[in-house]
Amino acid sequence: MTAYKSHLPVRRFLVFCLVILALFSGRMFASVQDHTMLVPANDSVSEKFQKPESNPGEKFNAGKMIMEHVLDNHEWHVATIGNLHLTIPLPVILLYDGKLYVFLSSRFHNETHSYQGFKLDPEGPHKDKIFREGANEHLAAAGPALYDFSITKIVFAILLNTFFLFLIFTSVARAYTRNRGKAPSGMQSFLEPLIIFVRDDIAKSSIGEKKYEKFMPFLLTIFFFIIFNNLLGLVPFFPGGANVTGNIAVTLVMAVFTFIITTISGNKHYWVDIVNTPGVPWWLKFPVPLMPIVEIIGIITKPFVLMIRLFANITAGHIIVLGFVSLIFIFGAISAALGLGVSVVSVAFMIFMDLLELLVAFIQAYVFTLLSALYFGLATIEPEHH
Amino acid sequence: MELITPGLGLIFWMTLAFLFLVFVLGKYAWKPILQMLRERETSIHEALNSANQAREEMKQLKFSNEQLLQEAKNERDAILNEARKIRDRLFEEARIKAGEEASRIVEGAKASIHNEKMAAMTELKNQIAESSLTLAKFILQRELSDPQKQEEYVQELLKEVKFN
Repeated sequence: MTAYKSHLPVRRFLVFCLVILALFSGRMFASVQDHTMLVPANDSVSEKFQKPESNPGEKFNAGKMIMEHVLDNHEWHVATIGNLHLTIPLPVILLYDGKLYVFLSSRFHNETHSYQGFKLDPEGPHKDKIFREGANEHLAAAGPALYDFSITKIVFAILLNTFFLFLIFTSVARAYTRNRGKAPSGMQSFLEPLIIFVRDDIAKSSIGEKKYEKFMPFLLTIFFFIIFNNLLGLVPFFPGGANVTGNIAVTLVMAVFTFIITTISGNKHYWVDIVNTPGVPWWLKFPVPLMPIVEIIGIITKPFVLMIRLFANITAGHIIVLGFVSLIFIFGAISAALGLGVSVVSVAFMIFMDLLELLVAFIQAYVFTLLSALYFGLATIEPEHH
Repeated sequence: MELITPGLGLIFWMTLAFLFLVFVLGKYAWKPILQMLRERETSIHEALNSANQAREEMKQLKFSNEQLLQEAKNERDAILNEARKIRDRLFEEARIKAGEEASRIVEGAKASIHNEKMAAMTELKNQIAESSLTLAKFILQRELSDPQKQEEYVQELLKEVKFN
């Protein structure tokens, strides 16, 4: 009986993997649908706006398509069914000259791509950016600065996933209160190994038994935020698919939090070691303070590396998978049979990559949390008495 | 370039969402979860410890029980041995005493038989002497002329005399 119970989380995980896998086959399918639409010509303006590359003469541009999927957007394209584009318009929030402008991004769906004096750039290097009309279209705009606080696709995904995380973990917490002193059940038993993993193998082992507790809320939140967004980013359907953890602003915020917490909790020993690094010859510190400079740069590079690592890993994964999708259309444009042949190989590679990304999703969450914990541990370590 | 340029709006919303998550989950999720986990772990730890202790105590108890049993057995054997010895001794004593008593009684009986016999003999002798004297007196009272008559008379007297 106990043996069965201990295998339950493993089985659930396998089922979960299978579901993810099934969703991936869906992603491929959705993508195929999406891009077969590139071939027929469309006359309507809004269609042209939404899919400018659907001009009959234009060739399929893999780089453009991939970048569109990886980058942020002012609306969420859910699916294309026939000639119908299922798109969720998202609110645009602009702060310009002390005034707040709030409207839906679908307002830009007109011939000039502008509304209330703002213009959404449909093409070019600043595609999907909003400018003040009349201002020079290269960011160096004259006049007051324009601040864009829009709920974009990624912001929307962040808010949605935050809400999901809130629901999941408050319900798990309730399960803990309900099952007080009993064996875990349901979602609780699926998440408990992860929580214990973060506590024992990340926090306790890097920060130490005495001080780990005050860092636990941050470490657990960051771990589950990253893993949840990583996994949802792999799901091709609506609530998923946004490249949240592959966005540099998102990883920047998380890395900045790690940096702030490290800096605040740094004790005397930590700062002394930075200014006067032990075990280094004196001439590296005086008269030119070479080591202190290196150490101070190190304070910044540590979170910087955290930011880049997560962003690069997740974005790279998305780009590779989308690259395999693009291969089908590139070869399909040469000949339909060739595209069909390539699709078999592409799909096989895509499934492989998605499985790899599943692993990466976990590993990156682990690495980010572990390194944050290590930095906290370094900042709070007590000097050893010699 | 777009890819590595963090957007202001995104930073703002992400900071907001993340702070919300850290504080709300910290208060309503992580705190109770970690506390319950700790509680459960300590209770499991304590249960294991007390089980171990109980097992140790049982072992000790069993050992002392065995010891007690062994002691009781030994005591029983000792008591039985003692009892057997006492019984044997009592038996022996009783046998000896009985023998002595018996011989004493026999001795007494013998002595009283002898005495009785002697008394009877004396009495018999006295009786005989008395009878003889009576006879002699009767004989002497009659004439001793006729021997035949004498003889007859003696016979007659003898018939009369009965050793009562």
